[in-house]
Amino acid sequence: MNLQSVKTLYLAEMARSLRTVLQSIISPVISTSLYFVVFGAAIGTRISEVDGVSYGAFIVPGLIMLMLLTQSVSNASFGIFFPRFSGSVYEILSAPMSYVEVVIGYVGAAASKSLILGLIVLLTARLFVPYSIDHPLMMLVFLVLTAVTFSLLGFIIGIWADGFEKLQLVPLLVITPLTFLGGTFYSIDMLPPFWQTVTLANPVVYLVSGFRWSFYGISDVSPLVSLLMILLFLSVALAVLSWIFKSGYRLKP
Amino acid sequence: MIRVEGLSKTFRDGFQALVDVDLEIYRGEIFALLGPNGAGKTTLISAICGLVNPSAGRVVVDGHDNVRQYRKARALIGLVPQELTNEAFTTVWDTVSFSRGLFGKAKDPTHIEKVLRSLTLWEKRDNRLLELSGGMKRRVLIAKALAHEPQVLFLDEPTAGVDVELRREMWEVVRELRNQGVTIILTTHYIEEAEEMADRIGVIRRGEIVLVENKHELMSKLGNKELTLHLHEPLDAVPTALSGHGLALTDEGHALVYSYDAASQEESSSISGLLADLEAVGLRVKDLHTRQSSLEDIFVSLVQERA
Repeated sequence: MNLQSVKTLYLAEMARSLRTVLQSIISPVISTSLYFVVFGAAIGTRISEVDGVSYGAFIVPGLIMLMLLTQSVSNASFGIFFPRFSGSVYEILSAPMSYVEVVIGYVGAAASKSLILGLIVLLTARLFVPYSIDHPLMMLVFLVLTAVTFSLLGFIIGIWADGFEKLQLVPLLVITPLTFLGGTFYSIDMLPPFWQTVTLANPVVYLVSGFRWSFYGISDVSPLVSLLMILLFLSVALAVLSWIFKSGYRLKP
Repeated sequence: MIRVEGLSKTFRDGFQALVDVDLEIYRGEIFALLGPNGAGKTTLISAICGLVNPSAGRVVVDGHDNVRQYRKARALIGLVPQELTNEAFTTVWDTVSFSRGLFGKAKDPTHIEKVLRSLTLWEKRDNRLLELSGGMKRRVLIAKALAHEPQVLFLDEPTAGVDVELRREMWEVVRELRNQGVTIILTTHYIEEAEEMADRIGVIRRGEIVLVENKHELMSKLGNKELTLHLHEPLDAVPTALSGHGLALTDEGHALVYSYDAASQEESSSISGLLADLEAVGLRVKDLHTRQSSLEDIFVSLVQERA
């Protein structure tokens, strides 16, 4: 393992977000906090409890997931797309680094960023709604696995995209709808039986459910199933990436 | 230093950019790869640097196969791309230090300082790249390529779109690097550049290396010389007494042009014969000059000949 190269790439990626601290840290924190204020503190008090948890507290895990997914995808996709777009990716590709090392650098940085953001948002949420965390260790496991998996997805999107439009397409048309329909704001039990079944095809359901379980011990699907599903997504993302690098898709003609 | 064996590249759209290229680059030389646009210069460099997967053949850099031992092979190489590609918002210092780290070398501010000073970038080290002029950006790319102390430096069209003064400075930098023992491969379609800089020249055309030769040998081998004699009084025709010399009358009869092969001993001795005959005919020569064909003439004739 070429640690020096990985470290350099990782730190440079982290520095990039520090340069744009407003856009990459403050803005997601504020936009997520708005949800806490509106749905948690303002409207939340008028909505009945869900599974014995106040509505404001109920939505905290889902909102953190929402932010984690969108930030992971956008960070990682932009991280690799921009050098491809500007042409400076030549340097990465000609460096004495393996593909695994390149991925660790880029995806590791993107995942770290969204992880830091997730923790900041978690602390910020405390200002608006009281919540508890029953299984802090599992909470962290879910957080890390999701950040890594979706950063990998973002990295793949960043390689696949051949223009800024495509770069925005997946987050806007896929990730956001899936998150909103994935039980962020409601429990699956609230849906009619037919839609309960349909919803199970939504991968985000498993992420939100598992994550919420780590907070309150309540879940739509078993936490073990959630964990297995995340690991499944992770393996799919890794398989796609290894194909990309093996075939040189979009990177090496 | 670099051995290219049977390298071919056919792109997905069927375009064959490289056709069975064999090439040897010697340690410490400046090698110029000369060719018209689209001849395959950049593809060849990209294949050596690992940016393009070749369809066939292999590349060995200082004994290391560039696929199986890519780490060792790539660590020896610095690449300056043709396009000005930069992360606009980083500073000169940061981007050059980044390049060093990316190639697995530990931080060394003294080396970075040395590189920046040699490229007269030291004053600009805290500037962001978007604030620099085009020439400065190109130097930054060179600095980035040198940051990890490579033994081989690839310069892809280093002086394309660069003004004359800066071009001369670049040449100085390249010579200085060669003096430090760096092997340099540059691509160019400026013949002047190859003529000025290179020890050896390779001509590439439609993905094939059509010629590799020591510059001086190439020039003398293919170089025709012309002797032009300016006459006092114009002639209507070449005098019959001089017809054996293969002279051509130009400039409305004011000049006689004698073409000969500079490398041939036999022919050059015939100049004295020509001059003696001129004397005998009584032609008065006002002025004379000789011209050796430049690499450009050689190149054009080479490319046309085989087209």
